[in-house]
Amino acid sequence: MSKSLKLLATLAAIGLATPAMAERTGLGRPALPEEIAAWDVAVLPDGTGLPEGSGDVFTGDEVFADKCASCHGDFAEGIDSWPVLAGGQGTLKHARPVKTIGSYWPYLSTVFDYVHRSMPFGSAQTVSADEAYAITAFLLYSNGLVEDDFELSSANFTDIALPNAEGFYADDRAEAEYPQFSAEACMSDCLPGVKVTKRAVDLNVTPEDPDGKPAGTLPDLRMAQADGDAAAQSDTAEATAETAPEAAPEAEAAAETAATDPALIEAGEKVYKKCKACHKIGQGAKNGTGPQLNGIVGRAAGAAEGFKYSKPLQEKAAEGLIWDEAALDAFLADPKGYLPKTRMSFAGLKKAEDRAAIIAYLAAIDG
Amino acid sequence: MSETEKTGTSRRAFLRAGLAAGGAAAAAGMARGQGAPDPLITEVQPWASEFGDAVDATPYGMPIRFESHVVRRNVEWLTESPVSSINFTPIHALEGTITPQGCAFERHHSGAIELSKQDYRLMINGLVDQPLVFTYEDLMRFPRQITTAFCECAANGGMEWGGAQLEGCQFTQGMIHNMEYTGIPLRALLEEAGVKPEGKWVYAEGADASSNGRSMPLEKAMDDVLVAFFANGEALRKEHGYPVRLVVPGFEGNMWVKWLRRIAVYDQAVESREETSKYTDLMPDGRARKWTWVMDAKSVITSPSPQAPIRHGKGPLVITGLAWSGHGKIDRVDVSLDGGVNWQTARLSGDVKSKALTRFHLDIDWDGSEMLLQSRAIDETGYVQPTKDALRASRGRNNVYHNNGIQTWWVRADGEVENVEVA
Repeated sequence: MSKSLKLLATLAAIGLATPAMAERTGLGRPALPEEIAAWDVAVLPDGTGLPEGSGDVFTGDEVFADKCASCHGDFAEGIDSWPVLAGGQGTLKHARPVKTIGSYWPYLSTVFDYVHRSMPFGSAQTVSADEAYAITAFLLYSNGLVEDDFELSSANFTDIALPNAEGFYADDRAEAEYPQFSAEACMSDCLPGVKVTKRAVDLNVTPEDPDGKPAGTLPDLRMAQADGDAAAQSDTAEATAETAPEAAPEAEAAAETAATDPALIEAGEKVYKKCKACHKIGQGAKNGTGPQLNGIVGRAAGAAEGFKYSKPLQEKAAEGLIWDEAALDAFLADPKGYLPKTRMSFAGLKKAEDRAAIIAYLAAIDG
Repeated sequence: MSETEKTGTSRRAFLRAGLAAGGAAAAAGMARGQGAPDPLITEVQPWASEFGDAVDATPYGMPIRFESHVVRRNVEWLTESPVSSINFTPIHALEGTITPQGCAFERHHSGAIELSKQDYRLMINGLVDQPLVFTYEDLMRFPRQITTAFCECAANGGMEWGGAQLEGCQFTQGMIHNMEYTGIPLRALLEEAGVKPEGKWVYAEGADASSNGRSMPLEKAMDDVLVAFFANGEALRKEHGYPVRLVVPGFEGNMWVKWLRRIAVYDQAVESREETSKYTDLMPDGRARKWTWVMDAKSVITSPSPQAPIRHGKGPLVITGLAWSGHGKIDRVDVSLDGGVNWQTARLSGDVKSKALTRFHLDIDWDGSEMLLQSRAIDETGYVQPTKDALRASRGRNNVYHNNGIQTWWVRADGEVENVEVA
């Protein structure tokens, strides 16, 4: 900054006008209106950028149940550690503040903008403007800020002020902290003495290496550590290889055929990226937002222990549904069509080869 | 071949026998004044006799397998999904100041995407004379600039607000990396489009599904912000925003938008999700600070530390660490061996660059007694890195971000190191 200011001053002094600085290269090309409309969808606190449209609480409830509730809960209460969107008002001074749209967020524009532009998680930009209005209306309702007959639109949007609109102020560290933290640093006898008051080991939450030391602890250079490690690794690999054949007879015949095509499995692993935010698979996999999928190919529906399945899935399970290849293929092609009201908010895999690949992958993973 | 195996086995057998006989102490003693000759010297080792890898064995090299512990690590319980999460740079195992891209921490909000140079577009719109679209090739034709800068997540150390929690600076201070970037000043692009007089804020937005976007004052955008495409001499890695990311020296990492796709000029801040519901600092009175962009001065001893215990016993000991400030250059780093009672000034090694990591060293003769190691950074503005308790006195305990408090490592007589707090 100071450099360019100096340069400007110099240029002015020798009689060159400032345009010399702003001389354009001619690189790039004008952005077309359609392109700007496609990419510039940000919505600002004063309503700048709001698209035309509207949506009411009732519709929002339905859309939310369909597209958002699998993580945020039917009442925006948040499932597991996914963000809580409702409640929490009056908790900001508490030891455990609950920061929600109603308790913390300053602007409604942020809600609409984020829902419309970045949600649902893993399927961003699939919410229409009307749906975004409806979801936003539902979230206002969930936070007790509007009645259940409320309709939000581009016309009344900026009339709504969130409760914590005045709860923020611009960074004041320069006045509030820097003078205090800029005193001459003490070099000797600064404290009467110190003792340990807190130890991280008491919490025991650090990821660990197999030997119980903090993960990534440097090897002991006095031991033949590298050789030892290599040996340990190959031991583990062998152990895994040994247990694998035992598990194989339990797997479906179909799974075995699929397992013979490594390329298909590899392709399936890529497709599985769409699923892994919610579904864990592999050794020690636990239920997350969705049930763990170990042995899913050929497994009875609704069989992951400890997972709270949706009603329609429980009904299917009671009818004896088995997730064989055909059933998985049909479900994954159109989850909501195959199982209306499923809590799985996933649009489905339209391509048959993607479905085949993922089923091969699921069958190949040995949990 | 059988001869090789024999020598290899005998070496292992020897070392193991040595350890079995006298434990670690005996092993440590072997280097100095040992009775029996060292077979690593007296026996011809396989690497001294046979071929190593050919030149084309690894067209793009990875670290040797003995360094396999030097990797990014995740703390699984921190987040609900690994595609919207963070991992940590193994700073306990690195030296110097430049972070290799392959182990530099990652923070994604919707996963690291693959975006090719051919498919890359950058738009500038809003309050400009001429909204523009640039291809990657267009960007490569602007005059370039090189900047070394640290990128620190605002939440670095956030888990430690309530007290010592994680064992190792990788986890407590590892949401940081430092790279040498090549790119073009954001100013050049803004001048190309022509900022209108009412334009006061610049909003940068990413191309990934989270479309992470942050607002900054026009003044910062015209100052030292870089639209970068190279890091440490090579293309950015996918996880760091390939092919183009924003480099915002001194400001919190969330503003360093990756996969940069749009720059917009406004008369106000966008107040996006990441600058309202997140990355704001909740204070004891229930109100919150916003726009806390600058990362204040901070330092940490990277070794010894919980993941880098002292195993060589007493005698010469290298204390090494990192210091940085979002306000400019590091002026001085002090180290305390006794929990902050007495301090001595460490050596700043190598070049000290503004808003970049600075390496410090203190070489001591360790007497083998317990130590409470601390480091304290002082930057060119005179700001002295505060204690965690001083920060809590100012901000309460509901802050998550911007924890730049002094770290304490408790070094035990056996060389093991713990993360503790002292008072």
